[in-house]
Amino acid sequence: MSKTLFEKIWDSHIVVEKENGPSLLYIDRHLVHEVTSPQAFEGLRMNKRKVRRPDLTIATMDHNVPTNDRSLPIIDQTSSIQIKTLEKNCQDFGINLFDIDSPYQGIVHVIGPQLGITLPGTTIVCGDSHTSTQGAFGALAFGIGTSEVEHVFVTQALWLEKLKPFEIRVEGKRKNPFAVTAKDIILSIIKKIGTAGGTGTVIEYTGEGITDLSMEQRMTICNMSVEAGARAGLIAPDEKTFDYLRGRKYTPENFDELVSVWKKDLYTDPNAKFEKSFTLKIDDIVPQVSWGTNPGMTSDVTDTVPDPKEFAKGDLAQQKSAEKALQYMDLKAGIPITEIQIDRVFIGSCTNARLEDLIDASRVVKGKKVSEKVSAMVVPGSQMVKKQAEKIGLDKIFKDANFEWRESGCSMCLGMNPDILSPGERCASTSNRNFEGRQGVGGRTHLVSPVMAAAAAIAGRFVDVREMDLN
Amino acid sequence: MKSFTKVKSIVTPFDQVNVDTDQIVPKQFLKLIQKSGFGKYLFYNWRYDSNEQPISDFVLNDSKYQNSKIFVTRDNFGCGSSREHAVWALQDFGFSVIIAPSFSDIFYSNCFKNGLLPIQLDSKIVDSIMNSNSEIEVDLESQTITTDFQTISFEIDPHKKKVLLEGLDDILLTLEYENKITDFEKKSNVPSVL
Repeated sequence: MSKTLFEKIWDSHIVVEKENGPSLLYIDRHLVHEVTSPQAFEGLRMNKRKVRRPDLTIATMDHNVPTNDRSLPIIDQTSSIQIKTLEKNCQDFGINLFDIDSPYQGIVHVIGPQLGITLPGTTIVCGDSHTSTQGAFGALAFGIGTSEVEHVFVTQALWLEKLKPFEIRVEGKRKNPFAVTAKDIILSIIKKIGTAGGTGTVIEYTGEGITDLSMEQRMTICNMSVEAGARAGLIAPDEKTFDYLRGRKYTPENFDELVSVWKKDLYTDPNAKFEKSFTLKIDDIVPQVSWGTNPGMTSDVTDTVPDPKEFAKGDLAQQKSAEKALQYMDLKAGIPITEIQIDRVFIGSCTNARLEDLIDASRVVKGKKVSEKVSAMVVPGSQMVKKQAEKIGLDKIFKDANFEWRESGCSMCLGMNPDILSPGERCASTSNRNFEGRQGVGGRTHLVSPVMAAAAAIAGRFVDVREMDLN
Repeated sequence: MKSFTKVKSIVTPFDQVNVDTDQIVPKQFLKLIQKSGFGKYLFYNWRYDSNEQPISDFVLNDSKYQNSKIFVTRDNFGCGSSREHAVWALQDFGFSVIIAPSFSDIFYSNCFKNGLLPIQLDSKIVDSIMNSNSEIEVDLESQTITTDFQTISFEIDPHKKKVLLEGLDDILLTLEYENKITDFEKKSNVPSVL
């Protein structure tokens, strides 16, 4: 029988199957961070249980960690407790931890692939919705809640209702692939299908618009699958995938053997049926800027802030939500996106803080200065990204332009550490969520690509990066 | 986990689409390492002003709904972050049932792990429940909601229903299949990360 890639991975991980019920699925990789794990570890202690497979589990601290000088103590007591709790828990339960001083520390979804922990055809979970990032490698990777974290600790398996395969075909070629990025592709998709368009599904991205992308760009696409409501995003592995993973810290020794198996297995059969499908043509898409309080509220940079009534197309609840969004964002319908002035720029997060993101942004920034009204920062996704970037002098380019160059972590994507917006501040951000208060209570977030964020930092407002002079 | 049977109360109408978990529990309260006490942070940024005073026209600050156990809302409730803290906060605040036309996947799954019952209904029916001013009764055993005017049935997966009704420990249930997990591990050959 013809199967989709998702169904192949699913079927090969079934431990117990029940008729008309959930299946017990084996989990190959469990990634752990400090925010969603303490209660799960506590559950283990209360019930005198152990972690079944510490050898398939890794942990790092990313959400809370300060991004300034790491030799200084952590000032926020509650953050400090959460970080110390993870250290103790990993020690007590025998889990490999990349702590704040480790050269491998970083955002969990950035380090997974960089360390070769993320492998095609595997099942990967983490108490974090953006686990979907790792689907770019042809892995079934998804976020779970803390109770499920505890469940995976004890059983290395998870009960799951079968998700529905959803094909999103990305066709065509971008005219200016430097300025129109993977971020613009995924924002365009979410704008079209809505933030609940993928609920109950696993999206498989196909088409030349996807195969043309590098691995890092594919991760940006899969990362935001959850913003379209999907549990996971998936891209069939190809030579780019295998080349990326070859020779990394945890890449298996029999890698070439595995590659030949993956090539035989890991693709959607030609006649396989998806339960849903959507096609995006990307020949004419342009840079995107979000204007509202969910990622579906996004416009072309060449466009204006929409009228809530037109935006909602007759759906009253959506109209009300768009009106509320404009009020929160302090924006009026009809103003050009390029007239929106900004106060802050954040280049970071599991969506866009990998090396290529920083290289591209640095090309926009090089030889220029951040607008005097703007405070801008770059937060590399991991210590490995930071080191690679410094090796090729990106830190100097950013610092010369008056960007702050920070240590790695989730930082201002969700502001659990001191990197937050003040009430009323407006930020061009390369992160994934523009929810109210996400980057700080009262803060206003506009989602953009790294090159668009860099351009906005220089201009002090949104500009079409296609029109910038590049060095 | 406490078992769930019946709940009778007035409903708290929460007339908004796409309510994300960042609103349900803002990130500044995710640093706690226990599960209890999150009720006071529920919808914190919408419930309190910048001086930490209750915002009078916010529905959870209306004394009329003080003893409500049933929360009724719109499409795509609980979207965004996987934080289970959202469920802990709704429950700690006093809610036992959430009714909506649709839920986000991870939130929906998190509810069942904590004995909070999410009920998915057609949006027209949700409308009528949202506008009901008197008490309604939710009965999980018979899968019905009874209002002054009608009895509405709802769907729920039989396994999830059993877990809620009996307050079962999910992990204990799975451990009954431990042999099967071991068998699976023998034939699978996943490389270690230690």
